[in-house]
Amino acid sequence: MASFGKFRWISRRITTQSSAPLRICVVGSGPAGFYTAEKILKAHEKVEVDIIDRLPTPFGLVRSGVAPDHPETKIVTNQFSRVAQNERCSFFGNVCLGSSITLPELREMYNAVVLAYGAESDRSLGIPGEELAGIYAAREFVWWYNGHPDCRNLDPDLKSTDTAVIFGQGNVALDVARILLRPTAELARTDIASHALAALEESSIRKVYLVGRRGPVQAACTAKELREVLGIKDLHIHIQPADLVTTPADEIEMKNNRIRRRVYELLSKAVTPVHAPHPGRRELHFVFFRKPDKFLESNDRSGHLGGVQLEKTILKGDDELVKQVAVGTGVYEEISCGLSLKSIGYKSIAIDGLPFDSYKGIVPNIGGRVFADASKDHMQYETGLYVCGWLKRGPTGIVATNLYCAEETLACISDDIGKGVLTSNSPKPGRDGLLQLLDSRNTRVVTFDAWEKIDAEEKRRGNLKNKPREKLTTWEELLKV
Amino acid sequence: MFLSRFYRLGAHTIKSLVKAPTLTPRTSYLPVVHNQYLRVLRHEVFSSTAAKLDSEDGNEEKEKINVTFVDKDGEDIHIKVPLGMSMLEAAHENDIDLEGACEGSLACSTCHVIVMDVDHYKTNYQIQQMRKTIFLCVHYVKIFCRSRLGCQIIAKPELEGLRLAIPAATRNFAVDGFKPKPH
Repeated sequence: MASFGKFRWISRRITTQSSAPLRICVVGSGPAGFYTAEKILKAHEKVEVDIIDRLPTPFGLVRSGVAPDHPETKIVTNQFSRVAQNERCSFFGNVCLGSSITLPELREMYNAVVLAYGAESDRSLGIPGEELAGIYAAREFVWWYNGHPDCRNLDPDLKSTDTAVIFGQGNVALDVARILLRPTAELARTDIASHALAALEESSIRKVYLVGRRGPVQAACTAKELREVLGIKDLHIHIQPADLVTTPADEIEMKNNRIRRRVYELLSKAVTPVHAPHPGRRELHFVFFRKPDKFLESNDRSGHLGGVQLEKTILKGDDELVKQVAVGTGVYEEISCGLSLKSIGYKSIAIDGLPFDSYKGIVPNIGGRVFADASKDHMQYETGLYVCGWLKRGPTGIVATNLYCAEETLACISDDIGKGVLTSNSPKPGRDGLLQLLDSRNTRVVTFDAWEKIDAEEKRRGNLKNKPREKLTTWEELLKV
Repeated sequence: MFLSRFYRLGAHTIKSLVKAPTLTPRTSYLPVVHNQYLRVLRHEVFSSTAAKLDSEDGNEEKEKINVTFVDKDGEDIHIKVPLGMSMLEAAHENDIDLEGACEGSLACSTCHVIVMDVDHYKTNYQIQQMRKTIFLCVHYVKIFCRSRLGCQIIAKPELEGLRLAIPAATRNFAVDGFKPKPH
């Protein structure tokens, strides 16, 4: 079938291309989606791109993941807005892949579909007690303070405990720790959601533990973020000196990785001298070589978290010494706490009609081209289906990483356009077809103009409170504007 | 000597001015004619500013320096950059494909450029200082000893003849030996 098709395409290429523009749909309006759209528009003059997102607001994690005290990272939305305002590009919010429209329907309507919907679920620890109240995924907590409508009513209890335990030592864990410990006067001037600010102002949390299975050399955070959290005013840092001792295997790891070495150096110099501890003092404890064994129920409140039990670990290297792995030692200890956040990694969600690798949590792909299960010898690619961003690479990297990811996916798309793989006999319905279908299903589509109204309203409200913006945080408010 | 001290003072002042959020937005969607008009306008604004703050020598020739960008395909692009403008801005003014996601606020590494000639690399301490910043920002891109952030290189007379290469985007996806696992 492939060779027959190829002859057809070659003959088609000899005659000039039909003037029907190619129509591509990008699912997800975060950095991966927008960078891909931008690059497609720039590389191909006759392509129209439609970006859909299940939220009425665009920009994905730039809006709902980047911490409120990191406004410079959000400046990239200016560039994204210019892409959306391009006449060959449209944004349609409040369109959910799976419920508003199915993947096969989208693939019928467009020449190509690029999936860039990221990772909206979490890895779980898989230990007893994980269902107790007071335990949240860091993703939910971040969505809560960033005003994501899905977590508007998370309502974490910050008043009945003075201790929070965070599992994970990556940049997200640091973000969450920083928001919990930063003086609220500083947060009041950011675009943090007001319901979160109110809760934080009444918070009694003074001690935060950042718990990692391995040592300071393996901590996943980066130097810039670590420096920031260590520099918080009036914050006391606690690290066990024994944890800072390095092994020869650690030295090798640091030699090969400059970032690791910097992080280790920062941690080793971070401990503040201990004066007499006084209640109400804010403390940040870096706990290394501990893995969670189980969550303990509180004695005072049934069904609620009271503490965590941790098991000490030691590191064992692989043969090739690429990565050292934590192994339990059978020695346990407890930390009592009322709030626990799991920052151990995000996970993507599978949808109907999409090949999915549930072990890795990504869509199987090569360079961005999706393939179905490669059980046969010949690689069977899904025509016109691509991925970009976290759905392609797994939940790692920074905003700028998506730039390179989008370039790679674009290369595959351009290649396929050139070979005529994406052209069809009749022009695809694209935008009009999509809007017609959604209309028949009574879906309220939010265009980019409508988002700009939401944007203006948020900035106006923010102006009244001396904040860059006051986010609208419920579905009703967002759809009403 | 005296002259160079004035230049450095001027450049320092200009640098602190440019750091304020007054950067020109990317003009890649505007027609070329408009772009050229903007460039002429800009030149006027900057040359008067530069003349005021920079050398008191009265030497008007040095309002702009020659800079060459080498794009991803290896093509040379010669442009003139007014003193005080960052290389990122200059690239955008001339429709050169250089990303600037955070618009010069040191929050990303997308304006990564590589300084190609040894003389400029050695003599200009200002460029050398930017090395620190790129390490803070760059996580997933291979960096070279002459890598710099384009938004932090500000045009100064000493940089006359500067050659900057724009690294290819898809290669060198990993840094420090980390290899992305094949999917």
